Amino acid sequence: MHLAYPAVLSVLLFCTGLYGVLARRNAILVLMSVELMLNAVNLNLVAFDVWLSRAARDALHSGQALTLFTIAIAAAEIGIGLAIVLAVYRARGTSDIDKLRDTAETRPGPGDDGTEPAAPAMAEKTEAAA
Amino acid sequence: MTTTTLAVLVPLLPFLGAAAGLLLGRTAPGFVRPLAVLPTLLSTVFAVLVALRQGGGQAIDAATELTPTGSVPVELALHLDGFAVLVAVLVGVVASCVQIYSTGYLRDDPRYPSYAALISLFTSAMLLVVYSGDLIVLLVGWEIMGICSYFLVGHYWETPEARAASLKAFLVTKLGDVPFLFGLFALAADAGSFRITTVLGAVASGGLDHPTLIALLLLAGVAGKSAQFPLHTWLPDAMAGPTPVSALIHAATMVAAGVYFIARLLPVFTASAAALVVLAVMAAVTMTGSALAALAQDDIKRVLAYSTIGQLGYMTGALAVGDRGAAVFHLLSHGAFKALLFLAAGVIIHAAGTNSLAAMSRMRDLRSRVPDAYWTMTVALLALAAIPPFAGFFSKEAVLGVAEHAAAGEGAAVPASAGWIILVSGLVTALLTATYATRLWLLAFRGHGAEAPDHGRQPVVMNAVLWVLAVPSLAFGLTMGLLPDWFDGHDLTPTLTTSVLGTGLALVGGLVTYGAWRHTTALAARVPLGAVAAHPEADAGVVEAEAIASHAPAYGDVAYAPDPADPGRLLLGPLHRHAAVGFHLDAAYTALFVRPVRAAAELVRFLDREVVETYVRGAGTAPRWLGTAVRRAQTGNVQTYLSVLLAGSAVLAAVAVLVATRGA
Repeated sequence: MHLAYPAVLSVLLFCTGLYGVLARRNAILVLMSVELMLNAVNLNLVAFDVWLSRAARDALHSGQALTLFTIAIAAAEIGIGLAIVLAVYRARGTSDIDKLRDTAETRPGPGDDGTEPAAPAMAEKTEAAA
Repeated sequence: MTTTTLAVLVPLLPFLGAAAGLLLGRTAPGFVRPLAVLPTLLSTVFAVLVALRQGGGQAIDAATELTPTGSVPVELALHLDGFAVLVAVLVGVVASCVQIYSTGYLRDDPRYPSYAALISLFTSAMLLVVYSGDLIVLLVGWEIMGICSYFLVGHYWETPEARAASLKAFLVTKLGDVPFLFGLFALAADAGSFRITTVLGAVASGGLDHPTLIALLLLAGVAGKSAQFPLHTWLPDAMAGPTPVSALIHAATMVAAGVYFIARLLPVFTASAAALVVLAVMAAVTMTGSALAALAQDDIKRVLAYSTIGQLGYMTGALAVGDRGAAVFHLLSHGAFKALLFLAAGVIIHAAGTNSLAAMSRMRDLRSRVPDAYWTMTVALLALAAIPPFAGFFSKEAVLGVAEHAAAGEGAAVPASAGWIILVSGLVTALLTATYATRLWLLAFRGHGAEAPDHGRQPVVMNAVLWVLAVPSLAFGLTMGLLPDWFDGHDLTPTLTTSVLGTGLALVGGLVTYGAWRHTTALAARVPLGAVAAHPEADAGVVEAEAIASHAPAYGDVAYAPDPADPGRLLLGPLHRHAAVGFHLDAAYTALFVRPVRAAAELVRFLDREVVETYVRGAGTAPRWLGTAVRRAQTGNVQTYLSVLLAGSAVLAAVAVLVATRGA
């Protein structure tokens, strides 16, 4: 099999993941998109490992070893990520990324969207922590 | 105790008293008065003991070097000769009188503890100057006096006059002190030591390379401290301080320091004929100018201030003709009667409720309200006018006598021109001195008009001090037979020619003033004048502060009153207007120094505010604007951040690829 097939597939997967990370609103879907990107990278690693080992330039299969690492790390990452999403959902009642804007620069002046929800959100957060 | 130990204790006791007074002033108010009076009294007793033990014989020298200080050593040294011990006695006596008087004068003053402590410190500094045998130690006392005068003249700092006067006193004396410091360094560089004995030895063996330069530099400091022309302008304004402070400054400390300093280092000055002529001209201008100005003043204390300047002119005149015996003789007798004049003036101001002679001349029977001040002041004014047999006569005639000798060419190193200058100006000043003394006496005590206000008797301590000081004012001249033993041995007895001339001129001055007063006094009733203090029953210090503060609003100027009944106005004629303001010297200084300095300050302020601060503000404003711009990107939407990150990475990758391909 030519190298182009897995490479193109990997590019498609990565772009899908990237679109998901940048465009989706639901935090869980964003996490899934991150997984897609990781797996696109994994696919690349395996494909190039096969290609290089065929050319006998790399007998150690470091690509495959790295893939195993990535999978392990991805598992840990998704665990922590889902836990965070769950905690945020419990605290805020939503997992919409567009509404999680606590790091925004608060602008002085009345009728501002940034400051209004911040105070109750803080109260909810401390409640959840307790 | 050895004489040296006693002599060390003399300046040390008032210093310790001042330190204790400053520390305990708030916590233990009961100790303030004893702490002010007792150390000064005790140090006076010690000074008398030192004077008796020294006895005018061989000078006692003692020195210890605390630590090596580099090239020229600085030592804690005593040099007790006849001049030093006698001047120390004068300082002690006057300071004790002032301290005792102050306990009555500033009875209810809230700042009395710090005031008394500063007086003690002032006394201690003067005693240090008097006894010190090392020029740097002398300079320490000299500068402490400068700062003490600043604080004491500004004692009534609620009034703008006192604040301005204290600053002026400090700045003008400092203006002289800078050349003085350089003069001391030049002297030490030439003589190789700061010790007075070594310096005098070097002068005697002709070891000075630049005697004229050194003498002129030192003269600048002396002119500032001793209020000689052209640096005398601070002294009349210093009248804004309390009267006892004026008495202390004018009689014993501060102004006496300059004269005493020249007396101590006289060989340095006589080594240069040019310096002596400069000194003589300075003394002549000072004494005649100040006597004319004194005739035109309305504030009783300003009259006395100008008379101090004039009498100091006599002392520097005696030094200019190379006789320090006559100079210190006049210093001693002047110290006694000038302290008396000021302290009596304080009593009069309290009793009359005003410091204006024009207002006093419209009060009947002021003399019967203050009989002690009346009699003692009469004695002191007679001494000031040099009428025999009062103290001032003998000392002034001693000065005129040596001037006559010098004019006749009998002085060894003294130019005859200096002698003539001093002799002529001294005789003119004798006439003027008698004139303004008579005018002061007539206006203050021979007033017509409304009854003088009656505030009861003055405190006993104040009146007692006056009589104590009246004794030397009356009889100090009798010591002229003894004094040459303490001094250089020159004869101090008056010579016939100058005595007849001087006394005759003084009598003429007094009679002319009396005639003028008889002529003008009829006018006094027609022009009502006079403003008295708002709280006549208060403490003397309060009355005086109010009198000083109300003089300018009431009469238009601190020194001047539009009084046609003033005999001085008749005698001076068109000169009166100029003499009242000290011959416009203040205005000249304002135009020459104050305005350029203010303009320079304005320029510096402009440069600082408008130029330097613009850069500083710009350095702050530019990042703030930049920050505001960047802050707009901070929306809180993580996806936006990532998008920008991606776009940035894409651009970077594209650039990297482009650069790589171009390189290939």
